[in-house]
Amino acid sequence: MPLVRLDRAGETQGMSDHPDIRSARDCGLLACTRCGAVWSMQDEGAKCDRCSHVLQSRDTKSLQRVWAWWVAALMAYIPANLEPMLRTRTLVAETESTIVEGAFELIHHGDIPVALIILIASVGIPVAKFGAIAYLALSVNRQARLSAHRRQHLYELVEYIGRWSMIDVFVVAILSALVQLNVAAQISPGPAALTFALSVIFTMLSAQSFDSRMIWDSDTAPDAPVTKETHRE
Amino acid sequence: MVKDFGMPHPQHSGYIVCPHCDALFVQKQPQFGERAVCTRCRTVLIAPRRNAFIRILALSVTNLILVIAALFLPFLQISRAGFHNETSVMDAVLAFSDGPLFVLSLAVGALIVLVPMMRMVLTLYVLAPMVMGRPPAPGATRAFRLFEALKPWSMAEIFVLGCGVALVKVSALAQVHLGSAFWMMGVLVIVVLLQDNMMCRWSVWTALEKRKA
Repeated sequence: MPLVRLDRAGETQGMSDHPDIRSARDCGLLACTRCGAVWSMQDEGAKCDRCSHVLQSRDTKSLQRVWAWWVAALMAYIPANLEPMLRTRTLVAETESTIVEGAFELIHHGDIPVALIILIASVGIPVAKFGAIAYLALSVNRQARLSAHRRQHLYELVEYIGRWSMIDVFVVAILSALVQLNVAAQISPGPAALTFALSVIFTMLSAQSFDSRMIWDSDTAPDAPVTKETHRE
Repeated sequence: MVKDFGMPHPQHSGYIVCPHCDALFVQKQPQFGERAVCTRCRTVLIAPRRNAFIRILALSVTNLILVIAALFLPFLQISRAGFHNETSVMDAVLAFSDGPLFVLSLAVGALIVLVPMMRMVLTLYVLAPMVMGRPPAPGATRAFRLFEALKPWSMAEIFVLGCGVALVKVSALAQVHLGSAFWMMGVLVIVVLLQDNMMCRWSVWTALEKRKA
């Protein structure tokens, strides 16, 4: 697909990675986070004329909310791994299994690919997500080892992949609805289904609270004051 | 509604700002099939498609029909040792409904049925007047904002993959047959992907603004 190069605004300025790109904030402008309309920095705090969303150049409370949801998610994630996720009752036995036990059961049955999906979706991704969000939030205010590009990709990855952890909750829902065969076999959900769902929802909220524009601020000008005077027209 | 806020400064409509990295660009309208991309972080800023609105509308209607049908038609059927059971999406939603886990029933129902359906209804509400050449419906901006905010919470496609996993888990325990609703949900996933691909938020916001005047 052909690609339109957009013309740049503002004059060339010495910057490490992208010498000619300036952020809207440095030019005394701000964009509505919902509809993208561009306003003057002086309009910060007012409601966007186009979509009536409150205008903010940077979400200053962003990190607080990120950490609040992050801690909540972690608190929900611990019982999610200790409590049983599924209760299976067959003619001969009744078993309770946590997420990890369930995956190992599948490996015993020989379903290694499916076990891997479960392990990745409900153990690998959540743990990686906790790490990634914490890293992104911590790296905003200090010198980060990863470049802004890498961190932006990391953020997009976390946002995109986070939802997929919900798959385990859906599997439990489907199994509990489906496997109701009277005495022959019966599956019912355990308490971990709820805590795990909460953990996924909280990490999603945590990731959404992060204002990714801050990644680029620390990349270009660490402590540059906002120059409200320089806005044009 | 516009005058109430009393914006002291006019909108800088000649510019476009990347929502992810806040890079500022002079705006240039791409042709159909072309894309405007942020040169810093590669976020797609504008991606207009020919007849996008009417195509999105058609896909929304398709979507609604599929969801409603899939809700009540049998989804999966299993049998073991003479016992037989079949389940619909509705049953999966209600799986947690008795006992303390009923909140989870609400959440699952919202994520796989309610939110996807709501997004479809919202697109109809926002885009139908545009296609018919009328001014936007009252509250259309709020509707489109909600549509965008709900995007990460629409999880029908994850549910479909979850079914695949559940199938494998159950196959050791009993015999499983796929019902018609399973295939409908499968098609639904593709339709949603097509629709998200077609949707250019910049174009919608611009159209909403132009028609308002």
